[in-house]
Amino acid sequence: MTKLHDRTLLGRRTLLGAAGAATFAAPAIAQAPVSFAGRTIEFVIPFAEAGGSDVWARFLAPFLARHLPGQPNVIVRNVPGGGSITGSNDWAQRARPDGSSLFGPSASTHLPFLLGDRRVRYDYANWTPVIVSPTGGVVWVSTRTGITDGADIARLRGQELVFPSQGATGFDLVPILALHLLGLNVRYVFGMRGRGEARIAVERGDASIDHQTTPAYLSQVVPLVQAGQGVPLFSYGLPDAQGVVQRDPSFPDIPTFEEVYQRMHGRAPSGQAYEAYRAASTAAFAGQKPAVLLKSTPAPIIAAYRRAFEAIVADPELKARGEAVLGVYPQAVGDAADSLYRHATTISPEAREWARNFLTTTHNVRF
Amino acid sequence: MLDLLLSTLLDLLTLKHMTFMMVGVTVGLVIGVLPGLGGIAGLSLLLPFIYGMDQTSALAMLIGLVAVVPTADTFSSILMGIPGSSASQATVLDGFPLARQGEAARALAAAFFASMLGGMFGAIVLTAAVLAARPIILAFGSAELFMLTLFGLSTVAALSGGNLAKGVAAACLGLAFGMIGAAPATGEYRMDFDTLYLSDGLPLVIVGLGIFALPEMFDLLRGGGAIAKQGQSLGRGWFQGVRDVIRNPGLVLRCSGIGALIGAIPGIGGSVVDWIAYSHAMQTSKDRSQYGKGEIRGVIAPESANNAVQGGALLPTLLFGIPGSGSMAIFLAGMILLGLQPGPAMAERDLGITYTIIWSLAIANLLGTALCIALAPGIAKLTLVRYTLIAPFMVMVLCFAAFQATRSYYDLLALLAVGVLGVFMRRFGWSRPAFLIGFVLSLGAERYLYQAVQFSGWDFLTRPLVLVILALTLLSLWAGLRKSSGSGAINTEGAAEDSRASRMWPQLAFAAVVLGLFVFTFAEGMKNSYLALMFPVAVACVGGACALWVLFWQSRGAVASGSANFDTEAQAKDYGPWPFLGWFLGIVALTGLIGFFAALVLFFLAFLRVVARCPWWQVLVLTGAACTFILVLASSLNLLFPGGVLQAYLDLPWPLR
Repeated sequence: MTKLHDRTLLGRRTLLGAAGAATFAAPAIAQAPVSFAGRTIEFVIPFAEAGGSDVWARFLAPFLARHLPGQPNVIVRNVPGGGSITGSNDWAQRARPDGSSLFGPSASTHLPFLLGDRRVRYDYANWTPVIVSPTGGVVWVSTRTGITDGADIARLRGQELVFPSQGATGFDLVPILALHLLGLNVRYVFGMRGRGEARIAVERGDASIDHQTTPAYLSQVVPLVQAGQGVPLFSYGLPDAQGVVQRDPSFPDIPTFEEVYQRMHGRAPSGQAYEAYRAASTAAFAGQKPAVLLKSTPAPIIAAYRRAFEAIVADPELKARGEAVLGVYPQAVGDAADSLYRHATTISPEAREWARNFLTTTHNVRF
Repeated sequence: MLDLLLSTLLDLLTLKHMTFMMVGVTVGLVIGVLPGLGGIAGLSLLLPFIYGMDQTSALAMLIGLVAVVPTADTFSSILMGIPGSSASQATVLDGFPLARQGEAARALAAAFFASMLGGMFGAIVLTAAVLAARPIILAFGSAELFMLTLFGLSTVAALSGGNLAKGVAAACLGLAFGMIGAAPATGEYRMDFDTLYLSDGLPLVIVGLGIFALPEMFDLLRGGGAIAKQGQSLGRGWFQGVRDVIRNPGLVLRCSGIGALIGAIPGIGGSVVDWIAYSHAMQTSKDRSQYGKGEIRGVIAPESANNAVQGGALLPTLLFGIPGSGSMAIFLAGMILLGLQPGPAMAERDLGITYTIIWSLAIANLLGTALCIALAPGIAKLTLVRYTLIAPFMVMVLCFAAFQATRSYYDLLALLAVGVLGVFMRRFGWSRPAFLIGFVLSLGAERYLYQAVQFSGWDFLTRPLVLVILALTLLSLWAGLRKSSGSGAINTEGAAEDSRASRMWPQLAFAAVVLGLFVFTFAEGMKNSYLALMFPVAVACVGGACALWVLFWQSRGAVASGSANFDTEAQAKDYGPWPFLGWFLGIVALTGLIGFFAALVLFFLAFLRVVARCPWWQVLVLTGAACTFILVLASSLNLLFPGGVLQAYLDLPWPLR
């Protein structure tokens, strides 16, 4: 009951906020129940066909069509380019606040925003999430490093590890910050064209340490671990409702970064470096895939979307077929989505400044 | 294992599964025939439909499409001189001259038959290798991949046309164009003019279409007639073509092998396979005088290779989840949507799925070839139609294919810019194949050299497989250079005899522009940190030296300059390609004003009326047909056309939006 009440309040507030933009439309819509019958909803993805976000959106689109009032036609529209910045700038500038267009940014959209990339023309504060799909990741090493158990991580401190990376400002920022915090000596080899290439570089013996997202870890690295070629070190974990990082439900046996830090340094991680790591890891993993509407969209429409996604998450068919795409993660909707979204898209100015300086001094990144 | 092979085959051979495969094959055929659109566009078209399908049907449909595209794309390569997709660019070099000589039927038959054999070879390789391919794929690290890019670049020696310096300069220019965007080692943006569009680099499809298709189209328009020079039938060469293939079993086998191997190694990609196969055919021929003028072996080689690629490319896709090409990336997405995760399990627990894929590949290759042969006589009649009626359709499809790349107006601008460069390169005999090879291998060469040095230091040069590839590279260089300075020089850009100019200044001007581009590359390269500057600076120095060498010879006068003197416009009496370039510029500019769809309609009306001089009824019928076609295609891809100034101010309904 209280939850429902909260949502109505939130809705009213958003409606008031939007009143300036939609004075004319709002009262009319508020009276009639929201229906998208006969309309076409665009699910805009700032990436090309194939790839995680596209698959995710294509998987969700039929469910959305089923659960939105009026059963509209839902299509996925890919607007690729600029590592997702092109499509995001474009949507931020062009989308109309009428619920006809839903947007699906991802880690490579969040991270440039958090780091203050000058090409970014979008602002997450103008958007509101209707679902957030989390994922996880695991950092693992080859057994050629001499360790056969993740608990021996401290023994890696004496040697130089080689990490094949796609670039310091993208997705790999998370392990770069984590390994820096742990005090490991890592040499980064950039220019990998995907985590797959990086993984086989480790398997081949060219490199020694790597990270993978949940689906790739389960299907590609677990066989290596079983064959005695690889060892998991830590996962990025998943924050609970209070924002405290818990073990990833996909890997209940793998400790989180925080646990490993505690064991190595004898205290919990803190400071600007850790703050930057938390922001980056939430953006890249736990809060990786939100679907957003413009905040100025009339409240009844936002509420209709939120209810639709709550129904989708409860749909038995989604539970039956979803594991290959969504993993075992709880899909955040309602208030949980708001909280996860906020954590994944905000960073304190100090932590941002620290991260920019760090990247400039260690990896020669120019902002 | 045999049981499983048989049971998956029987499962596939049910009416339902075969129907879905036919859907895939049919869509693949249409997409393949359309120039510039390849497996990526085709699979994107099918992807929305696989939700809710059973795995076998969906896989049969997707593979049906993948298998047919490199067969069907031969149509536009041979009949129109426009690469049907990036997989059959090399087929244009000899296939198109054959069509113009009235031997389209022979060329098509040879191409389809070679394609089918290549596709079957790929399926067999996949069957045999899926159980043992892991170590092979793992053997190719960054060092080996770098050597393979060098091997690819060594084919420039054979493809550089009559003048080696121009060929090397063209390859360097391609390398420089390929370096636009983020540097692999540091992520610094180079030569991107601070734009988001160029920060991703130029899309390959646009470079391929701009450099080959636009110049060819302008040239055909100038000719005024139909594509086939003799206005006769298409020739009775169907059996001749099949016989040509049968007479070259070694070539088909070797090129299929090259295709399957390069396809299986993630990181090189299928886009250079056709060129490697083409130059291989050339290097191993005793008489090379007919290459570029209509040598059937020049058709057989790339076509047998580009179908074999698919079988090879499925290996890293299935076993490692690493797509070997753009279309494999989408196939991978399709697998995940079906609830299948690629990985080692595909050779163990999920072996049945793998065999379903292999059988689909083999059967779809057969079906596709049969359909292509059945349709060929009809489609080949296009070469007898007045080209001015075909050209507007080509413009439409090229623009559509171009903005498939990133769906923005900049795609059209990039196509125009590369097209202008292509017009000049063609005119002055700067090898466009060399340019394209440089472009495709550019980032790979830089990335893998940097990674190889980072991973294992310069010691990487002593790895055994590296030495083997090095030996092959030297062999390929030797074979390519063997005759290129004598009477057997290959001209990829037209006959040298008609191209001795007496007026040297246009050539000098273009060579100076090329030199200028290298100076720019050098200057832009120097702005970066050490790791990101080495490659552009080295390429600029080599390319600049070659351009200077060409300039030096050209400046000595028309006769003394020898093979450096090349200008296909030397004997021209008309206005050159400029009026038609003007028309193309017109549609691009108009798109910038009123959006693509409206611009297309106006372009059709004006072009058909003014250039083709059609009666009004014909103008309207053709324009209507074009609009219907493009609307169907765009709506099934959920595509928005690039908008113009008008769209920024007005909120228009869909096709105009």
